[in-house]
Amino acid sequence: MKLIDQEQVIRRMKPRLFRNTFFKYLFLLATGLCLIVLAVLFGRIFIQGLPYLDWQFMNSLPSRKPEEAGIYTALNGTIWLMVVVVPVTMILGVGAAIYLEEYAKKNRFTTFIQVNISNLAGVPSVVYGLLGLTLFVRTFAFGKSVLAAGLTMSLLVLPVIIVSAQEAIRAVPSSFREASYAMGATKWTTILRVVLPASLPGILTGSILALSRAIGETAPLVVLGIPLFLAFLPNSVFDEFTALPMQIYNWTSRPQDEFHALAAAGIIVLLALLIVMNSVAIMIRNKFSKRY
Amino acid sequence: MKNYKKLALSALITGAVLLTACGPQEGTSGNESGSNGNKASEQSDQQLKGTVAVDGSSTVFPIMEAVVEEYNMNQPNVKVSVGMSGTGGGFEAFAAGETDISNASRPIKDEEKAALEKAGIEYTEFEIAYDGLSVVVNKDNDWVDYLTVDDLKKIWVEDGTTKKWSDIRDGWPEEEIKFYSPGTDSGTFDYFDEVVLDGQPIVEKATLSEDDNTLVTGVTGDKNAIGYFGYAYYAENKDQLKVVPIDNGNGAVEPTNETVESGKYTPLSRPLYIYVKNESLSKPEVYDFVKFALENAGTLSEEVGYVSLPKEKYDKALSTLEDLK
Repeated sequence: MKLIDQEQVIRRMKPRLFRNTFFKYLFLLATGLCLIVLAVLFGRIFIQGLPYLDWQFMNSLPSRKPEEAGIYTALNGTIWLMVVVVPVTMILGVGAAIYLEEYAKKNRFTTFIQVNISNLAGVPSVVYGLLGLTLFVRTFAFGKSVLAAGLTMSLLVLPVIIVSAQEAIRAVPSSFREASYAMGATKWTTILRVVLPASLPGILTGSILALSRAIGETAPLVVLGIPLFLAFLPNSVFDEFTALPMQIYNWTSRPQDEFHALAAAGIIVLLALLIVMNSVAIMIRNKFSKRY
Repeated sequence: MKNYKKLALSALITGAVLLTACGPQEGTSGNESGSNGNKASEQSDQQLKGTVAVDGSSTVFPIMEAVVEEYNMNQPNVKVSVGMSGTGGGFEAFAAGETDISNASRPIKDEEKAALEKAGIEYTEFEIAYDGLSVVVNKDNDWVDYLTVDDLKKIWVEDGTTKKWSDIRDGWPEEEIKFYSPGTDSGTFDYFDEVVLDGQPIVEKATLSEDDNTLVTGVTGDKNAIGYFGYAYYAENKDQLKVVPIDNGNGAVEPTNETVESGKYTPLSRPLYIYVKNESLSKPEVYDFVKFALENAGTLSEEVGYVSLPKEKYDKALSTLEDLK
């Protein structure tokens, strides 16, 4: 009795090997296509924008003359926006995640909240703009300030941060917590000393992705009525400001080609800002993940 | 545990209340000190301080941007902010008392007037420049020589049929017309709606876009396309587009700086407006800024692709402004 029918194996070998290579190249193609699109986008933006990208561009106010225009106010405004968004989202987002994962009872109400948070992550950003306009700009009378826009952006990205932080906290093995309790630690000590450090890399990854979204969003700012042209910088979170995506949006809608090139240069700066933020997050992540 | 929760909750609430309380206080105290400082220096050649808030039409934005840029060279301490929420969004903020000046690419609507009245805001309308709405076709379109306003109506109003060029005039090709129009939120659409569509619905097949560059690309890429947008977009793309002269009963007129300024290019040349809150004019920095805007809008609007009003109109506007002081 032959356990293996050699002939059949040989017959089937060819299509199997073919399928094996076929899928390999299919996936390679999928990755390749994404990379090509990205490369074309980068290529276009860099070719168009690089000639305009210089110190003067970083240091000038917007202008009707393309060669004199710059992103000084817009870049500063975006940084100011982050000053509000980063602490608000980190504290509220991680706090909510800790509560939901560590304290909240697993009942229908919690599930209901959970589902809603996930749904909120999919709400179009314009809706958050409208909410921010009525709530922060008008009702709380913050005006079109850094604070109003920052809080609106925070609402926009909070669901994403909460969900990703929850996943990171859930991924911490319960043996860690049990060991901590066994040593006589309280719940708070356990969270602070065991759960948070272990989940920090995951929390940061999610947060950075969310914050990158906050940096790039235009729609809520347009709805809030954030001004586009300012000849001054904000001195506090209660001052008016403008942001990079607004400036880019405005330049792309202009009829003159030079402004489109300026928009490309603005996009390069925005990309650079994102890369810096991402690298900082990766550095912090690597520092903490080594411990476990 | 329960106590902790209560504590946390009350901390949150106090925090929120404190924040709300701080916001307006900061704002008002800032404004007060600003206007106090100004009372001492009434003369316009002196250095002014304070804030001017402008919002509204994205069409008017480039003119305002240019005005502020020049203005700040004379008065670097007047903080002017210019937004572009669109004409409608601008009026909303104007009625909410958030802005001193509202830019508009169409005259104020009755509902908006009512809202302003309700809010007790008195305002004055100033024309600041002209824009010639340009009707354009593809460069390879060799049949369209001119269109009358009735032709435009026939082309753009939805009547349930598929529109072909041959429906408009005999001898034109039997090809389907492709439409490119600014989005229904824009003042440009509102104006076209008023003078051409007359409130009737626009063709359903029209590609609507808020970005006029998309319309330029659309018309450039399709031989049977027709579109319309602000003069600046045609002026920048003259070599890629063919502009259609419009006949309003007095012969076909092409939009140019001269025909738009003289009013020969009708009915598609439209004025662009700024609406100024009368109360704000008592602040010297706002008055000075509006005066500067009206004095310089002519040259500056030409620089950014629009058409200057005749000089008499600016003079008249300036004397109206003088009376409001």
